[in-house]
Amino acid sequence: MIRTLLVANRGEIARRVFRTARAMGIATVAVFSDADADMPFVRDADHAVRLPGNTPAETYLDGAAVIAAAAATGADAIHPGYGFLSENAAFAQAVADAGLTWVGPPPAAIESMGSKLESKRMMREAGVPTLPWAESVADAAEVGFPLLVKASAGGGGRGMRIVREAESLAEAVEGAEREAGSAFGDATVFLERYLDAPRHVEVQVFADTHGNVVSLFERECSIQRRHQKIVEEAPSPAVDDALRQEMGDAAVAAAKAVGYVGAGTVEFVLGPDGNYYFLEMNTRLQVEHPVTELITGLDLVRLQLVVAAGDPLPPEALAPVISGHAIEVRLYAEDVLNGFLPVTGRLSRFVVPDTVRVDSGVESGSVVSPYYDAMVAKVVAHAPSRAEAAAVLATALRRSHIHGLTTNRDLLVQILREPEFLAGGTDTAYLDRHDPAELGAPLLLAGGATAHAVAAALALQADRRDQAVVQQRIPSGWRNNPSTDQQLVLDAGNDDLRTVQYRFARDGELAVTVDGNPVDVVLHAVAGHVVDATINGVRRALRVIISADGATVYVDSPLGASSYRVVPRFPDPTDAIAAGSLVAPMPGAVVRVLVESGDSVAKGQPLVVLEAMKMEHTVASPTGGTVSDVRVTAGQQVDAGAVLVVVDESETAGNQAG
Amino acid sequence: MPVLPDRVDRDAPEFAARRESLLELLEEHSRQLALANLGGGEKYVERHRKRGKLLARERIELLVDRDSAFLELSPLAAWGTSYTVGASVVTGIGVVEGTEVMVVAHDPTVRGGAVNPYGAKKQGRASQIAKENRLPVINLVESGGADLPTQSEIFIPGGAGFRDLTQKSAAAIPTISLVFGNSTAGGAYVPGMSDYVVMVEGRAKVFLGGPPLVKMATGEVADDEELGGAEMHARVSGLADYLAVDEVDAIRLGRQIIRRLNRGKLGPAPAASYSEPLYDAADLVGIVPTDLREPFDPHDVLARILDGSEFDEFKPLYGSSLVTGFGQLHGYPIGVLANARGVLFAEESEKAAQFIQLANQTDTPLLFLQNTTGYMVGKEYEQKGIIKAGALMINAVSNSDVPHLTLNMGASYGAGNYGMCGRAYDPRFLFTWPNAKSAVMGPAQLAGVLSIVARASAEAKGQPYDEAADAAMREMVENQIEAESKALFLTARVYDDGIIDPRDTRTVLGLALSVIHNTPIQGRRGFGVFRM
Repeated sequence: MIRTLLVANRGEIARRVFRTARAMGIATVAVFSDADADMPFVRDADHAVRLPGNTPAETYLDGAAVIAAAAATGADAIHPGYGFLSENAAFAQAVADAGLTWVGPPPAAIESMGSKLESKRMMREAGVPTLPWAESVADAAEVGFPLLVKASAGGGGRGMRIVREAESLAEAVEGAEREAGSAFGDATVFLERYLDAPRHVEVQVFADTHGNVVSLFERECSIQRRHQKIVEEAPSPAVDDALRQEMGDAAVAAAKAVGYVGAGTVEFVLGPDGNYYFLEMNTRLQVEHPVTELITGLDLVRLQLVVAAGDPLPPEALAPVISGHAIEVRLYAEDVLNGFLPVTGRLSRFVVPDTVRVDSGVESGSVVSPYYDAMVAKVVAHAPSRAEAAAVLATALRRSHIHGLTTNRDLLVQILREPEFLAGGTDTAYLDRHDPAELGAPLLLAGGATAHAVAAALALQADRRDQAVVQQRIPSGWRNNPSTDQQLVLDAGNDDLRTVQYRFARDGELAVTVDGNPVDVVLHAVAGHVVDATINGVRRALRVIISADGATVYVDSPLGASSYRVVPRFPDPTDAIAAGSLVAPMPGAVVRVLVESGDSVAKGQPLVVLEAMKMEHTVASPTGGTVSDVRVTAGQQVDAGAVLVVVDESETAGNQAG
Repeated sequence: MPVLPDRVDRDAPEFAARRESLLELLEEHSRQLALANLGGGEKYVERHRKRGKLLARERIELLVDRDSAFLELSPLAAWGTSYTVGASVVTGIGVVEGTEVMVVAHDPTVRGGAVNPYGAKKQGRASQIAKENRLPVINLVESGGADLPTQSEIFIPGGAGFRDLTQKSAAAIPTISLVFGNSTAGGAYVPGMSDYVVMVEGRAKVFLGGPPLVKMATGEVADDEELGGAEMHARVSGLADYLAVDEVDAIRLGRQIIRRLNRGKLGPAPAASYSEPLYDAADLVGIVPTDLREPFDPHDVLARILDGSEFDEFKPLYGSSLVTGFGQLHGYPIGVLANARGVLFAEESEKAAQFIQLANQTDTPLLFLQNTTGYMVGKEYEQKGIIKAGALMINAVSNSDVPHLTLNMGASYGAGNYGMCGRAYDPRFLFTWPNAKSAVMGPAQLAGVLSIVARASAEAKGQPYDEAADAAMREMVENQIEAESKALFLTARVYDDGIIDPRDTRTVLGLALSVIHNTPIQGRRGFGVFRM
């Protein structure tokens, strides 16, 4: 019987575990790093213990600190979540040694499966199909090319390299070792035959301490970028009942072979020929567990806690049935168009329609820090059919308000609507065939770019009128002698500029152009954050959120989502400081000369220090550029107006400095 | 509260006819505005732009707060004269950083922004409005100074402009000059007398004498930049407080200066919430006749400009050809005096005098809606003392201390113009509808009077009277007076602050009320209210 559960993790998985624990009457304990102090999972817990520092090594990977936190809060069980310490056998053992319940498999099972090499050997012995592999570079020929260099202790794609010919093997091995060493503390790598464009199908298994081992069916997680899953679903469109039975049996056999207890996932690659091979077993709850939960109606965290408490799996888990289809996408704070570069910062608004399940570590106002995974949320749809689930999920994503951070949302929506995906044609090369740069381009239905720019302009206009301190109800932008229209320049990102010009006529009618093209607009109302307007003949409610500083505008509508930076009317004055001659401002003595001829200097950089009237005066460079002449030396007496230094302005340097 | 009824029949043929003829006048007005906006014409506008400069109105648009209103004043000054319509300067009231300001912008596309007699008048009027209403003044300077061929009309009276600047400063009304180009000779005193001066680098030229004049005067050879460049003034003479890198930067600096003025309004704030009129302002163009002989009921106008169309009429049964009463406009309380049937009798004059006193007791601004042919004449009325009655009203108007707004809706003739707070009675603002006219008397009456006098003179001398010559004279005089009574003629001479579209009346008066509340609203007290 678990009374108080500590989750040795953060973000969405901590919240996910807390949710079930609360429902089961179990008290909850969070541990948190400094960077996470304000995150929702910390507030969600009944007790929270700070782990000083920010890096994973200082915090979530410090097993001793976690166990100490359990002691401090009276926790009697530890749930490791996924990642961090979840597959660390030594930690699992330490938890048990501290007299606490470990919500996970026995340390020995973790140990066996933690080593990919050992696990492969065991699986081969248990009759589970495996891919050819080798432990040393010398045996590469046995494996054959293409092959994959993998970290034995790894996961999540780190420390992996695909090698297609012998020449590049050595370098790949070296790189993988380096990466594995720093990520997992174990630099061991091995070679494994690489299947081009296989499917990645995994089987969820569950075992209890009463000898029950059951398969909860497969998940397909083939759509990956850089070996990181982004779309996951259950059941797999490529698995029929017979194959499901076969793979389920193999997975159960794998679990039994290591004396497994709890939730585990047996990963397979599935070739186009229907052959499947054991890849590895993840001895923890998977990120993508919600799709299994939705099609089986089971709460996997609850099953984990039941099993950890020593109870048998309940009947519904022993005879699971599949109902409908579930698809999960991982919403990441990342710039798809910029090579999936992680993005950090404040998520000013995060609202997802309630037609879908959202497992999220953040909420409106949360900050995505650079220290951990940039996943914002898992968004999961469940529907009777795969097509319907895809449609529900795509629509929910498109209508979500995700403000402040660039995410992969548009890419996810496009995948969910892409014909090959809808036909079930998913494999690990999906994103090689479908260029993310194209698929992930900002998503707006036809007319959206115009409608959203118009809505942004009208909302900003209404906001300014509301906040006017004088003449508040005088008609917006009224002129008795009109000459120039109101003009607003919006930057949709990457200098994609939209110029909106508008003028309200006496009867409230609007004349609007976007980039010089007339747009037919009837404004019905701007109330709260909603612009109710008929734009080019179609009436819609467009939701517009203006950031507190007025510099950013977010528009969400049935047409999609846009975010704009409002281009200021007046350029930043620091970009436009007038250049001046570098002369002595008053008579005095040169104390120090800080630059030499040929130095490149930034705008505002001190060049010479003078002393006059007992005070030091710094002469700074008015511009970025190169010092072409230094006319004084330290100790020299100069008159007012004497030239000290000559700086040749270089335009690029000046701009960079600004 | 009493709500005015909607009595306008929009389907009546008279409504359509009035509408059509007023829209015609408005079209002509719009054409003239377009001409004014064209400044010195396409060639000079093009040349100006090629120099990378903004037009006067573009500078203003960038200066004022986004989506705020701008009320251009006297836009058609110099209409019908040999000068460009608009008179080479743009003046108006805008909102900068939440502060109502007077903007005076030279139009450098019109003869280099040189000031002609009409421009001088227009600037003088803007200066007066700024002073009376405590509006900070922003001069957008780019002018070659006085238009030399007309210097005799400008030079001596023009000095008042500089005096006004420093007197405003003395009254703690801030004055700001953004110098975009030439500001030379006398013009140099505009920045010279301003509290804050911004100059655009490489563009502003501020000196008493340019290179040729200096050479002639002293023999010294110096260039523009040395004599009056922005950089020289910013670093050496200290005349420039801020050096702007370009025009946009100068405007940014102007806004920055206003932001720190800590300006507040001294008058009471408007009501926090209020209703719009119940009836469409668009009706006004069908209500107002362009033929001044046709009367119209000012209640129909008030129903379309007052908050909630609510009007508490004062003394409705007495002197009924002048409507008086209280209402509210854009949240500001206001007392209204409106001519109903043109003629002012003794009763109307007394009623007006009493009402003006009441408004002074309650510190309520007054709105005069003119449509008057003057005080009644004739034996009966003279003997009953119509002059005394009119004097009563003119006395009250002259010595009233609450702010006055005047709108000429139609006729403004004779002493009626005075009693109804015409230009000479210094209303804070005076606007005109395009159909309106103003003169000492109607053209036909004036011609007829001249004819009668001439006939009497001929008779006295025993000479025969030339009827044909009389007819020709009458026609000529009638045409001349007709032309000189017109709204365009009057606005050209800055006898009003601009012609407005009747449909904009509520907006313009709302703006004007907001502006006058920059000053305390304090009526004249002393005697108790004289019951008339």
